[in-house]
Amino acid sequence: MEGLWALISDDLPALQIAVPLLAATLCVLIRRPTAAWAVAMVVAWSSFANAGVLLHRVLTTGTISYVEGGWPVPWGIELRIDLLNALVLLVVTGICAIVLLAAPRSIDAEIPRDKQYLFYAVYLLCMTGLAGMTVTGDAFNIFVFLEISSLSSYALVSQGRTPRALTAAIQYLVMGTIGGTFILLGIGMLYMVTGTLNIVDLANQLALVGPNRTVMVAAACIAMGVGIKLAVFPLHIWLPNAYTYAPAIVTAFIAATSTKVAYYVLVRFAFSIFRINQTFDGAHSSAIAMMLGIAAMFAGSLVAIYQDDVKRMLAYSSVAQIGYMILGLSFANEYGLTGGLVHLFNHAIMKCGLFLVLACVLLRMGSTRLSAFAGLGRRMPLTFAAFVLGGLSLVGVPLTVGFVSKWYLVLGALEAGLWPVAVLILLSSILALVYIWRVVEVGYFKAPPEGADAITEAPFSMLLPTWILIGSTLVFGVWTSLSVGVASAAARMLIGGGS
Amino acid sequence: MISHLIPRVLSKLLIPLIMLFALYVQFHGDYGPGGGFQAGVIFGSGIILYALLFGLDEAKEVFRPRVLEILVALGVVLYGGVGVAAIFAGGNFLAYSALAHEPTHGQHLGILLVELGVGTTVAAVMATIFFQFAGRGRTDD
Repeated sequence: MEGLWALISDDLPALQIAVPLLAATLCVLIRRPTAAWAVAMVVAWSSFANAGVLLHRVLTTGTISYVEGGWPVPWGIELRIDLLNALVLLVVTGICAIVLLAAPRSIDAEIPRDKQYLFYAVYLLCMTGLAGMTVTGDAFNIFVFLEISSLSSYALVSQGRTPRALTAAIQYLVMGTIGGTFILLGIGMLYMVTGTLNIVDLANQLALVGPNRTVMVAAACIAMGVGIKLAVFPLHIWLPNAYTYAPAIVTAFIAATSTKVAYYVLVRFAFSIFRINQTFDGAHSSAIAMMLGIAAMFAGSLVAIYQDDVKRMLAYSSVAQIGYMILGLSFANEYGLTGGLVHLFNHAIMKCGLFLVLACVLLRMGSTRLSAFAGLGRRMPLTFAAFVLGGLSLVGVPLTVGFVSKWYLVLGALEAGLWPVAVLILLSSILALVYIWRVVEVGYFKAPPEGADAITEAPFSMLLPTWILIGSTLVFGVWTSLSVGVASAAARMLIGGGS
Repeated sequence: MISHLIPRVLSKLLIPLIMLFALYVQFHGDYGPGGGFQAGVIFGSGIILYALLFGLDEAKEVFRPRVLEILVALGVVLYGGVGVAAIFAGGNFLAYSALAHEPTHGQHLGILLVELGVGTTVAAVMATIFFQFAGRGRTDD
C-alpha cells in the first residue's frame, strides 16, 4: 500500500480524469445495473476524496502543476490546480458522489433496467468531462473536455420518460454545439495571436500583445460561447426544458455541476487569461455583464413564479441564480468575485438538494406539478421539510448558505459604489420568497385530494443524500471557513492578476 | 430485392483489401501519414460497405452488435490503460518513455498501443452508429 501510494501520489491530477474515464468503459463491459452502480459509486467517492487531497495540497504547498506524458510546459498539456479550480473540483466531484447514492431507486422508475449500465457509463463520462475542464491548464483541452461533458449531458437528458425529453435534448444539443463552436473560434483566434494554448503562457503572451482587435473578438466569442453553456440570460433558452424533462437524478446532477463548471471557465478566461480588470477596458464588459446579471435575477425569478411544474420553477430559479453569479463577476472586485464563487459552491449544494427532493416526490407521486404537492407536508414530512429548508436557502435567510453568498454580493456592490444594485439584490430575494412560498403553502395548508392513495415517505437511500445536501446548506451557512475562506483567497489571487 | 450482382462481386473482392489497407494505415501510422483514427474509419467503412450490399442482418451476423459494444469500450481501456501503466512504471500519465527500459522502445510501444486503442474504438463506433441508424424502426433489437 505504501509503495502504491508513493507511486501514484504525484499523479493524482491525472487520475482525477483517467479513473472515471476507464470506469465508464468498465460499466459498459460488465453490463449489470447493480455492478455498474457499484463501480460508479467507488469511483465517484474516490474522486471526491482525491479532490479533497488536492485541495489540501494546494492550501499547504501552493499551485500544483502536472505535465501529461512528461512533455514540458508550454508544449505539452499541463494540468494546473490552484485555489480556484481546487474548490470547483471539490464541489463537482462531491455532487457526483452524493447524487449517485440516490440514483438506483430513482432511475429504476425512469430508465429501463437493461439500459441502466449505459446510464452509469454516460454519467461517469460526464463526470470525466467536468473534472477535466476544471483541472486542465490548457485552453484547447478545456474545449475537448467541454465537448465530452456536453455530449454526455445531451445523452443523459434524452433519457427522460416523456418524448419531450428528446426534443429538449436536441434543443440543448443545438444550443450547446453553437456555444462550443464559439468557444473553439475564440481559442483559435487566441492561438493565432499568441501561438500558445497553455493558460499561463497565454496570459503572459497576451499581456505583451495587448488588447488588439483579434483578441477582443476572441474574448467576445468565448464570452458568447461560455454564456450559452452557462445559460446566462438571454441565452438560457435550452435550460428550462432540459432540466424539466431530464430524469430527476440527471437534473440534480447537471443543475449542480455543468453550469458551475461553465462559470469557472468564464472566470478563468476573464481573470486569468484576459485579465479584464487590468488590461481591458474593464468598465465596458463589466457593465454588460452587470445588466445581464440583473436582468437574469428578475426575469428568471418572475417567470419562476408563474410555473405550474415545480421542477420547471426551480429550473427558472437556476437562471436567476446564475444571474447572481454573473453579477458577482461583473463587480470585478474582491468581495464581488468572492460572492460569485461562494454562490457557485452554495448554489450547487442547495439546488442539488432541492432537485433531489423533487426526485423523491416524483418517485412517490409520479409528478412534480404543483397539484401533486397538496398536503405533502403531512404525507411526506421529511421530504417536504428538506424542500422548505432548501427553499429558505434559495431566498437567502440568515443561517443558510444563501445568506452568505448574498452578503458577499451586497458587500461587492457597496465596494463598487453601486448601492442601487445592492437594493436590487435584496428585492430579487423577495421574488424567490414568492415562488418558494407558493409551494410551501400548497404543501402545508392544502388538503390532499379526496380519495388520494396513501403514500409513504421516500426511501432511505434517497432521503439520505437529500438530507446530506440540505444539512450542508445549514452547516456551510454557519461554518464558512471552507467555502468563503477558499473562495476569497481565490478571488484575491485572481484580482491580483496571478494565475 | 434487386440482386446487385456486380457491386456484390466487386465488393467481395474489395472489402478484404480495404480492411488490409486499414491495418496498413494503422501500423504504418507510427512512421508515415495515418494512424488509429484514419485506420478505424477505413475499417469501419469496410463493415458499412458489407452491410449496404449484403443487408443489415448478414452484417450483424459477422459483426455482432454486442461484440462491437465491447470493442468500443476496449479501445478506450487500451488507451487509458497505457496511460495508467506509465504511472505504475514510474512516469507521468501517458509518459511512454517509462514503459520500457530503453525510452525509445517505450515510446514505440506506447504509441503503437494507444493508436491501436483509437483504431478499435473508431471502427466499432462507426459500425455501431451505422447499425443503429439502419436498424431504426425495426423490432429485432
